[in-house]
Amino acid sequence: MKKIKSNDVMLQTMTRLLAFVILAFSVYIFFAGHNNPGGGFIGGLMTASAFLLMYLVFDMKSMKKVIPFNFTSIIAVGLLIAIGTGVSTMLLGYPFLTHFFEYIPTPFLGEVGLTTTLPFDLGVYLVVAGIALTIILTIAEDDK
Amino acid sequence: MNVNAISEIVSGFFIIVGTIFSLLSAFGLIRLPDIYTRSHAATKSVTLGVLCTLFGTFLYFWMTDGFISIRLLLGIFFVFLTAPVAGHLICRAAYRTNVPLTKESVQDDLKEVLKKGN
Repeated sequence: MKKIKSNDVMLQTMTRLLAFVILAFSVYIFFAGHNNPGGGFIGGLMTASAFLLMYLVFDMKSMKKVIPFNFTSIIAVGLLIAIGTGVSTMLLGYPFLTHFFEYIPTPFLGEVGLTTTLPFDLGVYLVVAGIALTIILTIAEDDK
Repeated sequence: MNVNAISEIVSGFFIIVGTIFSLLSAFGLIRLPDIYTRSHAATKSVTLGVLCTLFGTFLYFWMTDGFISIRLLLGIFFVFLTAPVAGHLICRAAYRTNVPLTKESVQDDLKEVLKKGN
């Protein structure tokens, strides 16, 4: 039996649409983490799943062109950001990992509650997304 | 009758309709003969059932609490788009791996098309 030429038009079209929805929802969950369910961990996993959907639908070569990041270095960047939030408060004389919360008036959004735990959460987000994608892509590339 | 009672009746109606559709689809999964007809039951009526349930919940929170849940709307959009595609992919994978059609089926047009394509 001959190999049937694959034709994934439906899957590819839906992925183009749905990847944006998943990515937007992951960012929303990341920012909602302070007062609602959500946060860096689940946001990072959701971003990784959106990327994974794209890796599943399009082939590896074109995805490497679209996302030219090295995911292992993203883990390092996330860890550095998380440590940086702790060390930066040490420089001001507070204990390690002291966090602050303040309502700050901004020009367009009105009063926004800004907190220094958000950069820490960004570090968690990057580490989780990087680790999930590294594990899965390493296993996926193994067969060559 | 105030607004709360009306909204509870309407959203309860939607949720019950959605549950009935999901139940019918579960019966379809048990009763139908092969994977293609089962996928027909599983994708169509369960999608409508989930959409009805989510819409009923959305209406309830909108009417009683005045809370417009974007997440529920996004969920409706997402399920509406993804469930049929998932059914399509499962059916396609089954056909390409030569899962047989049920004995009652009389015509298989895709077979000739695939032969011609090769």
